[in-house]
Amino acid sequence: MAIPATPTPSPTGPPAPPAIEARGLRRIYKVKPTPVVALEHVDLEVAPGEFFGLLGPNDAGKTTLIKILTTLLLPSEGTARIFGFDVSREETQIRRIMNMVAGGEQSGYGILTVREQLWMFSQFYGLSRSDGWRRVDELVDAVGMGAEREQRVSTLSTGQRQKMNIARGLLNDPWILFLDEPTLGLDVAAARQVRELVSAWKAAVLGRTVLLTTHYMAEADELCDRIAIVDHGRILAIGTPEELKRRVQRESIFRVELDHLDAGGAAALALLPGVLSVAPAAADGGPVDRQTVGLNLALAQDGILASVVGALGDLGSHIVALRKSEPSLEDVFVELVGRGFDDPDAAEASGPGGTAGAA
Amino acid sequence: MSVYEFRRTVSPQAAAAWTPRQVLLTNLRAVGGRAYPRVHGLFREKSWVFFEVLLPFLSTSTFVFVYRALRAPPEYIGFVVLGGAMTAFWLNVIWMMASQLWWEKSQGNLELYFAAPMSIMSVLFGMALGGMVMSSTRAVIVLAVASLLYEVRFAIDQWLLLLAVFFLTLAALYGLGMMLASLFLVWGREAFQMSQLFTEPVYFVSGLNFPVARLGLLGALALATIPLAVGLDAMRQLAFIGANFPIGTPPPEVEALILVVMTVVFLVAARWMLRTLERRARREGRLSVRWQ
Ligand SMILES: Nc1ncnc2c1ncn2[C@@H]1O[C@H](COP(=O)(O)OP(=O)(O)OP(=O)(O)O)[C@@H](O)[C@H]1O
Ligand SMILES: [Mg+2]
Repeated sequence: MAIPATPTPSPTGPPAPPAIEARGLRRIYKVKPTPVVALEHVDLEVAPGEFFGLLGPNDAGKTTLIKILTTLLLPSEGTARIFGFDVSREETQIRRIMNMVAGGEQSGYGILTVREQLWMFSQFYGLSRSDGWRRVDELVDAVGMGAEREQRVSTLSTGQRQKMNIARGLLNDPWILFLDEPTLGLDVAAARQVRELVSAWKAAVLGRTVLLTTHYMAEADELCDRIAIVDHGRILAIGTPEELKRRVQRESIFRVELDHLDAGGAAALALLPGVLSVAPAAADGGPVDRQTVGLNLALAQDGILASVVGALGDLGSHIVALRKSEPSLEDVFVELVGRGFDDPDAAEASGPGGTAGAA
Repeated sequence: MSVYEFRRTVSPQAAAAWTPRQVLLTNLRAVGGRAYPRVHGLFREKSWVFFEVLLPFLSTSTFVFVYRALRAPPEYIGFVVLGGAMTAFWLNVIWMMASQLWWEKSQGNLELYFAAPMSIMSVLFGMALGGMVMSSTRAVIVLAVASLLYEVRFAIDQWLLLLAVFFLTLAALYGLGMMLASLFLVWGREAFQMSQLFTEPVYFVSGLNFPVARLGLLGALALATIPLAVGLDAMRQLAFIGANFPIGTPPPEVEALILVVMTVVFLVAARWMLRTLERRARREGRLSVRWQ
């Protein structure tokens, strides 16, 4: 590429601007009958090199935020900058250093082959003819589409198409990559491939930044350095996955499997000092007709476990398995949003802190 | 250098600072990139032979037979063939160019085009270029076959001017197409009905099949606004000299000038509209169809 050599900024120079900086961002869609507030006072700062996740239910405003950051939508209020460039006024600069891929994206022309379509996009991103073809071939191999390189785009499966879209997003080696639910509709293997590719690509150069929106907790947990949980256009919490999980862990939760437990045993355990609650645990993915009894114990602190174990001995129950259960992002989400992903109606019914019918 | 590391730039700031040369090159490449699917996709769908060549050839032939039955001067057969060839471009502009951005939006391409570091004008230029190549094949076939079959005798003196007028007609036509593309994007479905409504009247006032001078004021109006009308009028005058009846109204040189003005006006208007449209769409959230 004919990118002019620019002097490296000296270490003593001004500090590098954040990859993403949003201040008081608000976005209203003027639709009938009542305007929709898609974003409400969003403040966000993402450092260069971060893998940042936006986790939120439908209509949270994730896509709206991505559209604003990718210069396709103007904020109604507030400002946002990408590597120091203003999204409202300096879109030209931003478009030179970013790319975006959305799940279920149907871009391009069905009549072209995978290679041709990618090459066409490479020309929009300013690669030379030959650089374009070379880059396309590299990426086609990298996304594991070597066998489909001459296949018509219109004949691709969802998974193949999405891998091609990811390749498109990497054509220009952006400094910041926006991924809007990139693994939507992909099977486990294809989703893993996409995640691995994006991670490897990001890790290759210091400072490359990724903003990802997703519905999949595990995906956010696995990929993201930091996560913002959003709902109804607001950021409810920001932190590393660990920080977020620690927020909901106010007590020690243990899960015990017992060979048997006499009637009234659970009640007896609940009476022990420091035992907050005792609840029967659902089958843990094991056979349904299991011979054991599962319990979830909430304890005021880990040390209480000793007395529980003693009490169980007195009750004549033997411990088959015991493990401490860590909170998942799911728990964090349920606590913050007041509902699981898959039951939006429950939010209306029970309000915050309501049932946790999590996905 | 790995597959994950292609463009080596020092910093985002350095990567965003393009030289004018880089801007120009990117836009030129974008033109080529967008023309590519048009040109290469052309021969992939076999049905195009039927729609693009056979149908226009048949409709041209109909007029030939009508004029023969009416014992019209032989030049009229030539007009019909010339008009038939040029229809290819007109149809391409009104049906493909005009609806292109609207279609790109529904495909989800439009927002990717806006998010790319080139001007949307380059995409439109690319479409136009691809469309011209595509329609030229059709025009050439209709012209060649019909001329041979119906023994059209061209009488040309000013070859250079004829060529210039031909290319200027294309420029003005596709300039109009680029402008319409933005309009259609704003108007959506209604625009399609409009273009359907106008197809036949435009054929008529363009004098595809007869000299537009015969239409008096209406013809003059067409000459002033429809590139196809001016272009054809000039080309008729230049390709059939020495006819024993008046063929065109203003001399071809003047019409060439009209075409130049049209091209400039259409291109400037297209550019202005695209900018306005982008600003408006970003404000109102209408660059993409919502599907997720
Ligand atoms: N172009 C638009 N015009 C009008 N309303 C819109 C538009 N885009 C989004 N909205 C509204 O804004 C709100 C947020 O939508 P957005 O697409 O940003 O949510 P999301 O978090 O991406 O949801 P999902 O998980 O379903 O993709 C929704 O209520 C939606 O209906
Ligand atoms: Mg979304």
